[in-house]
Amino acid sequence: MIEFVRNVRLWFAPEEVRDEGSTPDYRFSLANERTFLAWLRTALALIGGGFAVDQFLPDLRWGWRVGLALALLASGVLCSLRAIDHWVRCERAMRRGEDLPASRFPALLGVLVAVVAVAMVVVVLAGWEG
Amino acid sequence: MSTDAAGPSRDPGLQPERTRLAWRRTTLSVTVAAVLAVKSALHGGATADSIVVGAVCCALWLGFLLVAHGRIRALAAGRPPTLAPRLATAAVLCAVAMAVCAAALVT
Repeated sequence: MIEFVRNVRLWFAPEEVRDEGSTPDYRFSLANERTFLAWLRTALALIGGGFAVDQFLPDLRWGWRVGLALALLASGVLCSLRAIDHWVRCERAMRRGEDLPASRFPALLGVLVAVVAVAMVVVVLAGWEG
Repeated sequence: MSTDAAGPSRDPGLQPERTRLAWRRTTLSVTVAAVLAVKSALHGGATADSIVVGAVCCALWLGFLLVAHGRIRALAAGRPPTLAPRLATAAVLCAVAMAVCAAALVT
């Protein structure tokens, strides 16, 4: 968590990132940038899913609908913040010549999406029954 | 950078082009989210509040478009500079702000 707060400062201070180590091959930086963009798209897809739950499941009870939508939106926010955090950490590791940071986040996100998907199936089936 | 027969500036991986297309794809994702936001804002009797939130989403879309366009122009240079953290933060803040707008529209 303290590491995260320290990284937040780096988001706004490009000079500090550039101060450390040596500039890597620009192709590695571009690959890191594309990974960042892919995570940002994942976040946007989750946010779009939040909108979709709200609009395309209008027969759901209010609590379920808003709960699912907010869960998707919150995971979208988390995913986008993690995207930039991971980008900064990878960029720094490459400049220092260290190993790239390992991350539990993909597994966490996978489990979360699976849980939301199962919840949606249950909710839609229950909606048809009722 | 490899220096083969085609000259020193040739990049066999087409890295800048791939990165440019990644920015385009991301812009498309933002567009989809913004369209869903506007649809949500106008759905079921638009109130003044929901119209304001929808307009904010359009402004965020425009902001992201400018960030992406700036980066795409920078990538066109022979040796593209590293993405500035400020641009990355701006792109992420657009996504986060859109999620906040969505939460306001949903509840």
